[in-house]
Amino acid sequence: MSQLNPTAPATVAPVSIPVRELAPWALFAALLAVVVTYFVGAEQGAFSLISGSDVHEWVHDGRHLLGFPCH
Amino acid sequence: MNARSFLINGLIAGLLGGLIAFVVAIGVGEPAIDDAIALEESAAAPAETEAHSHAEGEEEGHTHSHGDEEEGGITRGQQAGPGLATATGLIGVILGGLVGIAAAFAAGRFGRLSPVATTALVAGAGFVAVVLVPWLKYPPNPPAVGSGDTIGERTALYFGFLAISVLAVLAAVIIARQVLASRSAWTATAVAGAVYLAVVGIATLVMAPIDEVPDSFPANTLFEFRVGSLLTQASLWLVLGVVLTGLVHRAWTREAADVARREAAAAL
Repeated sequence: MSQLNPTAPATVAPVSIPVRELAPWALFAALLAVVVTYFVGAEQGAFSLISGSDVHEWVHDGRHLLGFPCH
Repeated sequence: MNARSFLINGLIAGLLGGLIAFVVAIGVGEPAIDDAIALEESAAAPAETEAHSHAEGEEEGHTHSHGDEEEGGITRGQQAGPGLATATGLIGVILGGLVGIAAAFAAGRFGRLSPVATTALVAGAGFVAVVLVPWLKYPPNPPAVGSGDTIGERTALYFGFLAISVLAVLAAVIIARQVLASRSAWTATAVAGAVYLAVVGIATLVMAPIDEVPDSFPANTLFEFRVGSLLTQASLWLVLGVVLTGLVHRAWTREAADVARREAAAAL
């Protein structure tokens, strides 16, 4: 019975996930990360796609505290 | 464990990290921001009385105001509350997704380390490369510090250095895996550390410094802000790393139990 319900993961060799399977997930996550980081970190600062300053003002404190250049 | 489960676990861990970072930021970051804005507004006040007509505040670097006086603008309360939460939450989720995918790449590719160990390693290296080292080279500045004229240059330098730091980690890992084929894990780790430090060290020396803190800006407020910023980001990464490692551990334990059960059944 103890053999049927082992919990020690050490007995199983770690298997890597093939790069071919990971690549599309990585690409999608990276693209999304660029977009989000742009709007939180740089929109209406160094660049401006949307006119005005509402995006900048809304994330203002976060932009400062997360280390992005502001002002 | 597959790419999907790593990504989902990363997003969950990142969201939690972002929420905790929001709370930490309120405690350790907002006081310094409020102090800096008070300084900025008291410095801008004389200029505004003599040139009261400037709608957007275009003069001398003061390219935006902080809510309060702007019509239809965003208030300080919104910036320090939902606005801040939006920023930390979004960045948390997106970092969680990236760390989750990076952990999926790392699993099973670092010698005999378990996916749990490699995940913790990825999160730790991520914090050093994305937060700690860029913080040392280009420390964040509070409001009232920094000229609006140089925002383009400063943004380019910051993201450029961030990219170099992350690529240096990737290079260090690739080289370490080569070393690991013929040498010990200790040697491989030491080589990885040396490669990373050499690359970011050279980048630090070569890339232009940013020094825009006015002489009159209080040193304590600056220090408090920078430490607050570091603690905010450290809390995000700590929660992200601990939660993701825990979730990977749970998934890995289940998978290992399944495999062992199948093997035991096959042996009967």
